[in-house]
Amino acid sequence: MITQIIDISYLIAVVLFVLGIKNMSHPDTARKGNLLAAGGMGLAMLATFFTPGLQNILIILFAIVLGSVIGYYMSRKVAMTAMPQMVSFFNGMGGAAAALIAIAEVYGIFHSPDAQLTFMSNTSTAYFYFGALLVSLVIGAISFSGSIIAMGKLQGFVSGASVKWPMQKVTNNGLLLVIAFLCVWLFQMESGQEPLIYIICLLGLVFGVLFVMPIGGADMPVVISLLNAFTGLTAATTGMLFDNKVMLMGGVLVGAAGLLLTLLMCKAMNRSLSAVLFGAFNTAGGAASDRDIDPTHV
Amino acid sequence: MEQLLSLIHENLQLIYVLILAVFVGIEVMGKVPQVLHTPLMSGSNALSGVVIIGSILVMGKTAPDNYLALVLGFMAVLLATLNVVGGFAVTDRMLDMFRKKKKG
Repeated sequence: MITQIIDISYLIAVVLFVLGIKNMSHPDTARKGNLLAAGGMGLAMLATFFTPGLQNILIILFAIVLGSVIGYYMSRKVAMTAMPQMVSFFNGMGGAAAALIAIAEVYGIFHSPDAQLTFMSNTSTAYFYFGALLVSLVIGAISFSGSIIAMGKLQGFVSGASVKWPMQKVTNNGLLLVIAFLCVWLFQMESGQEPLIYIICLLGLVFGVLFVMPIGGADMPVVISLLNAFTGLTAATTGMLFDNKVMLMGGVLVGAAGLLLTLLMCKAMNRSLSAVLFGAFNTAGGAASDRDIDPTHV
Repeated sequence: MEQLLSLIHENLQLIYVLILAVFVGIEVMGKVPQVLHTPLMSGSNALSGVVIIGSILVMGKTAPDNYLALVLGFMAVLLATLNVVGGFAVTDRMLDMFRKKKKG
């Protein structure tokens, strides 16, 4: 009975998310849309508390109250001009949460005999689960460190200029390849591979920094929007981990909507996404010369 | 190859749902005016805080004497809450400013 009610609440929450985004894309209904989406989130959170066998409820409540107070306070205190970096910070927190969940799951896999058994069974379900886990971990870490650097560039504690170093493209792509290789290697699913997972997380953090550093401060909103789509993706894969529909659907919605919004933002600047992200690699100049690359290619 | 095919087959329903959700996500954005780009980014950022559900679940199945896992879970819930509450509150503030500007 209670499980059914939870599932139906999740369904309603997903509908509210969709209506929320829909309303948010029109000036007159935007504020209502935001409230609808927030209502959906509140409903989903409330329903989750009734999950049978949920432990540590008091600690969870404490964390939520603490997070709400801090989050609300920060959002009220921030200057209007500092909004984008605030969004970036919050987005980084979401990415970090996804990565932490993945780490907690990994820790569980390697430290409880029961889970270990499922993990080692090498069925396609186990592969599926493990793949989702790795995506959450890596993308969550990239989203976290990338968002913090993006915030820094806007706030001024990281150089807002396009930071370049020799062989930039090679080092970044190389690092990505190393991460991919380690992930594939992990699929052997041998015990004793636990440290590898923490190394992958660390490399993801490093990649997030290297990914955002070369991009100039003026392009940060596009980067933040892209990282937001990344966080949506991690929410979706976390939903797969827990077989939880509201996370899955919410995550996919944000991922798709966020990616489209990123492209729209590029288009509004009359530039292509690749020019924003990789323009710094190809040209010696700044934004002005990037404009020449290919404005029609979006 | 066979394993991959069976993996797709087993999760066919999930794949259908995912593909449709991507289209919905793209569709609901519609032709959003440029002034709404930043609030919409902020709003969808708050929505991506839906990982809070995962944080609650992971915390909820942690044994009360497993301190390391508890700390990890606590951090996950705290950070995800920041994302959700901060995200929606900041978006509301932006949209409020937008409305006032329109009136004035």
